[in-house]
Amino acid sequence: MNQLKKYGLDPSKGLEFGIYTLGDHLPNPLTGERISAEERVHEIIEYAKLADQAGLDFFSVGESHQEYFVTQAHSVVLSAIAQATKNIKIASSSTIISTSDPVRVYEDFATIDLISKGRAEIIAGRASRVGLFDLLGYDLRNYEELFEEKFELLMKINEADVVNWSGEFRAPLRNAKVLPRPKNGFIPIWRAVGGTPASAIRAGMAGAPMFMAHLGGPASVFKRTVDAYREAARNSGFNPAELPVATAGFFYAAESSQQALKDMYPHINEGMKKTNGAGFPKQHFAQGVDPHNIMNIGSPQQIIEKILYQHEMFNHQRYIAQIDFGGMPFKNVMKNVEIIGSEILPAIRKYTKKSEA
Amino acid sequence: MKIVGLSGSKVGSKTRTAMDYTMKAITDNYPEVEITLLDLADYDIQFSDGRNYLEYEGDTGYVTKTLMEADAIIIGTPVFQASIPATLKNIFDLLPQNAFRDKVVSIVVTAGSSKHYLIVEQQLKPILAYMKAQIVQTYVFIEEKDFYRKEITDDDVLFRIERLVEDTIVLTETFTEIREKKEAKYDF
Repeated sequence: MNQLKKYGLDPSKGLEFGIYTLGDHLPNPLTGERISAEERVHEIIEYAKLADQAGLDFFSVGESHQEYFVTQAHSVVLSAIAQATKNIKIASSSTIISTSDPVRVYEDFATIDLISKGRAEIIAGRASRVGLFDLLGYDLRNYEELFEEKFELLMKINEADVVNWSGEFRAPLRNAKVLPRPKNGFIPIWRAVGGTPASAIRAGMAGAPMFMAHLGGPASVFKRTVDAYREAARNSGFNPAELPVATAGFFYAAESSQQALKDMYPHINEGMKKTNGAGFPKQHFAQGVDPHNIMNIGSPQQIIEKILYQHEMFNHQRYIAQIDFGGMPFKNVMKNVEIIGSEILPAIRKYTKKSEA
Repeated sequence: MKIVGLSGSKVGSKTRTAMDYTMKAITDNYPEVEITLLDLADYDIQFSDGRNYLEYEGDTGYVTKTLMEADAIIIGTPVFQASIPATLKNIFDLLPQNAFRDKVVSIVVTAGSSKHYLIVEQQLKPILAYMKAQIVQTYVFIEEKDFYRKEITDDDVLFRIERLVEDTIVLTETFTEIREKKEAKYDF
């Protein structure tokens, strides 16, 4: 029996392959030019269309309320993507649930689910940057509690048509019906985890699917996070086999690993300087092409081998690639989607298909 | 090359005096170096609340951004209660974990007693190493008796400050050169 059917996943079809964008709006460091916000939003919608046409499984857009980002209203962008695409699953990566009303978030995503005819998912996070607490009127001292309480409510709304709830940070709900209901009565809701075991353990305790984002480093380090998640789920009375895991990080394919490093590095380094205040050390980036490094950078064949290695290690259900960061020229993004669709995806699916026991 | 001097206390004048001598040693001998002195007594800095340093405004934002843009930092610190002052520790807490990567950091320390000599070794250097600084190992230790009314009276201290400045600049140049050479080899 497929234990992951609830989340729309079918391991007999192999590892799912997706794409995520943070919705960043950064200058291209090679030219110093930045496209307009209008162009960037349309680029993202076009990106989703191309991913859909290339047969990818998943596309998601992030919510960041800070300079150099353009998809603050990520659910609005996702609704345009819902209309522009046909088969691909669409999601947020992440929705900052801590500073939003779970009722409104659910209404938005249930509507996106109806527009897309049952393709919507939510990845809920707690924000790695905290400027939005001031912007949206929340106290940073409640960082942890806001996330846990609102995530719990979001899950509750998803599970039941009528909700009775009370908490600290929102008015209580009495026999509340949160409408519309999604097409299949349920939206897959994932928890965003930043790669450390501590937050993975809390995801496991909540019995929620885990979306694990990572920068670089050996895959084996992230295996500990995945293990900690599954163990915490088991200890909290959940069956880890029923809880999907997705990994997400930098991806770039070119004819050679050297070319891939060359094409991607300036965008990552300069983009991170602008958004995080510190660049990405070249030495660390160079290690990204190592077969055991979790960054999927290299030739298509090298990347296939890396993803298969990671799949063997994590036994995860979905891999999500980040390609477009830091003002990456859209022609390079398009080229990568094409390589994924024509070379990488068929191989990944072929080797990761699981026969149903 | 950008060197930032950080005078790490709001109390007293000895550390600031020592930092003034240090900054003057730079301008006298290396006029091409761009210098900024941040005396924490002149700024109203908030306590770290966990946000990214780019998100702080006012004095806090100015001080953190100025430090992050430096090629080298010379920290001046007194010894309080057998440790570094809270004002200085707060600056470290405001910065990212790897804030001093590719930066040279050197130290001038003032103390009321020679018994505090190892405070820098045991308490400040581990923090700097954790934050990825290239530390100038020899620091200038100045005792209360070396000062008289905002002046340093011991010539040996002045010679040591000169050597500290030279070491800071030479090491910054050297590390920059090594890094550039190595990065060019990566060819991407």
